[in-house]
Amino acid sequence: MTTTAPSLPDGIVVVVKRDCPTCTLIEPVLAHLSGGHTPLTVITQDDPAFPDLGAAARPTARVLHDADLAWSWHHGIETVPTVITVANGAETDRAVGWSRPEWERLLGVAPLGDGLPQWRPGCGSLSVDPDRVDALRARFEGGRLRSRRIELAALEDEFEALFDRGLTDGLPVVPPTEARVLAMLEGTSLAPDHVVAVTPPDLVPCTVEKIAINAVMAGCRPEYLPWVIAAVEAVCTDEFNIHGVLATTMPVGPVIICSGPGTRAIGMNSGGNALGQGNRANLTIGRAVQLVIRNVGGGRPGEIDRATHGNPGKISFCFAEDTQGSPWTSLAQWRGLPADANALTVFAGEGPRCVVDQLARDPDALATSLAVGLRSVHHPKLPLAFDAVMVVGPEHARVFAEAGWDRDRVLGELHARLQMPGSEIIRGAGGMAEGIPTHLVDITLPKFRPEGILLVHAGGGAGLFSAIIGGWANGAVGSQPVTREVTP
Amino acid sequence: MSRYVLDPTSEVRAAAVSMQPRPGTLAGKHVGLLDISKARGDVFLDRLAERLTEVGAVVHRYRKPTFTKPAPVDLRHEIATQCEVVIEALAD
Repeated sequence: MTTTAPSLPDGIVVVVKRDCPTCTLIEPVLAHLSGGHTPLTVITQDDPAFPDLGAAARPTARVLHDADLAWSWHHGIETVPTVITVANGAETDRAVGWSRPEWERLLGVAPLGDGLPQWRPGCGSLSVDPDRVDALRARFEGGRLRSRRIELAALEDEFEALFDRGLTDGLPVVPPTEARVLAMLEGTSLAPDHVVAVTPPDLVPCTVEKIAINAVMAGCRPEYLPWVIAAVEAVCTDEFNIHGVLATTMPVGPVIICSGPGTRAIGMNSGGNALGQGNRANLTIGRAVQLVIRNVGGGRPGEIDRATHGNPGKISFCFAEDTQGSPWTSLAQWRGLPADANALTVFAGEGPRCVVDQLARDPDALATSLAVGLRSVHHPKLPLAFDAVMVVGPEHARVFAEAGWDRDRVLGELHARLQMPGSEIIRGAGGMAEGIPTHLVDITLPKFRPEGILLVHAGGGAGLFSAIIGGWANGAVGSQPVTREVTP
Repeated sequence: MSRYVLDPTSEVRAAAVSMQPRPGTLAGKHVGLLDISKARGDVFLDRLAERLTEVGAVVHRYRKPTFTKPAPVDLRHEIATQCEVVIEALAD
């Protein structure tokens, strides 16, 4: 089987298949060219007996059968017929389909194709047939992949095999075959051996190839891969501190909030049930990141991951913000990126909880309700230690929008309502041992640091609800939210 | 026909490092106490330092910048070159 690129013979090369009506239409043209002085090579993809060059063909004219499609693959044939001129082993020009003026110009032969229509489009090359392309890519480009091949026994179920080897998060994974991983790598312009990050907890370099393998396992489509790569890069920064997020006894994991028109292009959900199930992009991007941490970084529950309870979002917690329906700028823009940038923000967060307020029609009353909900993050008596994401639903956001409250106004009003007098939060106050030292009884402390509330607009059009995602130890001692642009 | 999947792991195995033999006595030994910066870890380590000094150990104190991140490499090197025994206060 040919895996190296066969070089093109000098002269005229035409790639055809019998199954293409345009190719059969130009059979007389090929016969005509076979009688000329310029050597002619016809490469036929399907039927070795096609075309019939006729009795007048010179010995320099021949038909080659591209049985394994190596010629077509390596020379980038996407359409048949494709006519190529070759000099000294190098391609000089090419044209696709049948166009009398173009063929006459390219080959310097006129008239050509007497009686044929002036122009006919070609057909798809077998080498780009969707049913064949993944297998061809594995055959011809599999050598690009450096990862160890794990052989499965003939009687071994491939899904059970991946459970048995400890490679899953507890749900079945898509077996990462060469063909699937190569197809995944088509989603990025980065080379497979490009190192994206040094991955905690084992602190090993993580290549695009390893991310692609885990993205296949998570169920991603290739167009999601740039988002997975950006998220892996973001969580592996010292600021985000995935080592600590993983090792902590608290129930947090990376929450990935995606912004920009690219979220719609890959079909992410920012609307109804955005934080829930049912959307492939949302679920598999978040899952791929967690599989990278597990498989490449070596972070597994019960080992480095010491969570007391964990939360279901540690399988995957990824959603898009609804920027089109939002009264506010995107989270990514608020965090310093250009408007309409494709970007994601990673946040060390627990599972979401709902704040219900179906009666507030003025922004003050609504802000007060949301603030009471926010105060309960981890414990109503603990100040400053944790950040939170406030996911404002469209019906709540409308109340703020109608009152003209922009993002900064909403944040300012929330922070103003989250000033906690020491008398309420010292140890023992309210009958609760938890709290700050008693000598701080006379000071007032904010629940959140100034940048500690991340406002996001997402959710379905019905429901006067918002959602709070509590954070983890914040700032330099813990985890900082990190925003990264997503690039192809 | 053989079936293969690609290895999703780092394919890196850490080199095995053997533990030092357990000392028979702490008298005269350099003992490092690593405070990981969790609340009240210092209370526990202060008491340990007293007890260790009583039995003749030479106590060295160290502190990680934050409990949420691994100890910086320079700190690990310092402990390794100065101590024969190390005790880490893990939690509050």
